[in-house]
Amino acid sequence: MFSSRKLSLLLGIAAAAGAFASAAEPGHFGYGKTATPAEIAGWDIDARGDDGLGLPPGKGTVERGTEVFADQCAACHGTFGEGEGRFPKLVGGAGTLKNDRPELTVGSYWPFAPTLFDYINRAMPMPAPHTLSADDVYALTAYILNLNDLVPSEFVADRDSLPKVKMPNRDHFTWTDPRPDTTSKPCMNACADPASVKIMSTAEGNGLTPRTTGPLDTMQPK
Amino acid sequence: MSVLPKPAGVSAQQLGRRSFLGLGAALTGGLALGLKPGNAAEPVPAFPPADPPWSQALGPGVVDRPYGRPADFEAGVIRRNVPWLTAGTQSSISFSPLQDLHGIITPNGLFFERHHAGRPDIDPDQHRLMIHGLVERPLILTMKDIVRFPQVTRIHFIECPANGGMEWRASQINSLQFNHGMISCAEWTGVRLSTLLEEVGIKKEAKWVLVEGADGAHMNRSLPLDKCLDDCLVVYAQNGEALRPEQGYPLRLVVPGWEGNVNIKWLRRIKLGDKPWYSREETSKYTDLMPDGTSRGFTWLIDAKSVITFPCPEKPLAGPSLYEIRGLAWTGNGKVKRVDVSTDGGVNWQTARLHEPVLSKALTKFTLPWQWDGQPALLQSRVIDETGYVQPTIADLRKQRGSNSVYHNNSIQTWQVKPDGSVFDVQLA
Repeated sequence: MFSSRKLSLLLGIAAAAGAFASAAEPGHFGYGKTATPAEIAGWDIDARGDDGLGLPPGKGTVERGTEVFADQCAACHGTFGEGEGRFPKLVGGAGTLKNDRPELTVGSYWPFAPTLFDYINRAMPMPAPHTLSADDVYALTAYILNLNDLVPSEFVADRDSLPKVKMPNRDHFTWTDPRPDTTSKPCMNACADPASVKIMSTAEGNGLTPRTTGPLDTMQPK
Repeated sequence: MSVLPKPAGVSAQQLGRRSFLGLGAALTGGLALGLKPGNAAEPVPAFPPADPPWSQALGPGVVDRPYGRPADFEAGVIRRNVPWLTAGTQSSISFSPLQDLHGIITPNGLFFERHHAGRPDIDPDQHRLMIHGLVERPLILTMKDIVRFPQVTRIHFIECPANGGMEWRASQINSLQFNHGMISCAEWTGVRLSTLLEEVGIKKEAKWVLVEGADGAHMNRSLPLDKCLDDCLVVYAQNGEALRPEQGYPLRLVVPGWEGNVNIKWLRRIKLGDKPWYSREETSKYTDLMPDGTSRGFTWLIDAKSVITFPCPEKPLAGPSLYEIRGLAWTGNGKVKRVDVSTDGGVNWQTARLHEPVLSKALTKFTLPWQWDGQPALLQSRVIDETGYVQPTIADLRKQRGSNSVYHNNSIQTWQVKPDGSVFDVQLA
């Protein structure tokens, strides 16, 4: 038999363990500090794609966007968004999504205009992300939309106008996963006519594979 | 003064040179060990009956390498990239050398990388995790705060959904590493995301969770609240030590069984909302373009997949003999139930042996003995997971999705074995 002192000690440990395992009550642990409105404002940068919730005050014209783009973006994306080297094209590709080689750009593919503001604001320009003013990000957004013929040259981008821009591909996304979309059966024997087993493509000899021994392969002519 | 005797006839300089030569041999591949400088034609045998030089010398002492590293001879076992694939290395990927790994755990230095704005080097004392939005009390946590929460440890894989993405149209890359190396698996330690969300108090209207990184991309994705409360982890340790900077030091999200991109690295912000955010990474990227021009979004699940890791293009066969076919299988649905292996391009199959531990949403190892007679062979593996889902062929996948969907190519890999033992990446009709 446990002494009552031992029993209460055991119950105490059990209660503590239970309390530690479940944090159903907010503030149960009490670690950290409450975030102040000013702290939240500094990091709360998201603008929601479909309705623009979170877009900040400010505005930008296509004309201003032309200047900012030339300074901040054209080196990689090309003066008119055509893309330099392997950096992304920002324009074109309209009507190519069913093609053998589709071109996925802001104009041809992106479903929501506020997402463009959100992305430029959080991730661009690549060498110095999140350093542009809201006005300049709005201006770039207006410029890129205009390059894609989605808004007129007098368009002014702001928190009210951007959610109203109807992107051409907006209604061509499904947001629920239809997989599994294959229903193979795990056949074990004589699953196919051996004569029908044919190699359709091979990676042999096409020169696209970097070396997998020695130091990193730059694949540049030596 | 040293109390240890000096190794007879071997100066530290010579030891250093030997190790340098060893590295050179590893780098050029195939050169015999212990080559005499200036006399390349005459290797010094270091095997029976000779007693090798390392057996007749005193080696470096403890803490010679206070943080250990692989043998110099393993210098070729590294993450590698495909230079032509991306504009630069800052928004790019590297691949784990699966051909040289033997278990279900990826060593921390070899875990695949996917960065969108390079790798930030974050001072953990300055790092903060902010949780706000539709919560009772918005919270800021330091790393010291986070480590105090009840700890959990789980083994899970992370796979980039673009793993194998270069092979949708046809075989392009003759390599296990480059076709399958965007999967790695580690033991993660941290706190359940549900613990943190319960601590701040979830408001009734909250249905979605924005997770965001502290890198230059401010990488962000939307996750359904249900998944966050189910099994997501906020982790600070990887295989028992602090996360590597490339994997999100000091803090990352692990979303078991879901595509790599949602496993936000350098995690700094969690915001609860009533709808998804439709960020760039979940609209213009990480969506799957179908042949009819429509696209699938929010396709987070990693479907069941397997691959033979030996033999492979990097590890050919050395003549007819008895071999052990080895490979890895995994599924975002839970556990691997069975793996079958074919040596004739899928006509006949044999069930491989699964090696313990078989863990949910973790890499699982399989093997099958194989007597190779030197004839041409077409090796394949096919996984079946605990939901009964069967890994499809690339032809099955193309029938459903065409070849422009980039992501989620979980098809059966075919390795062509030629009579000389060389191995090539091929696709069958």
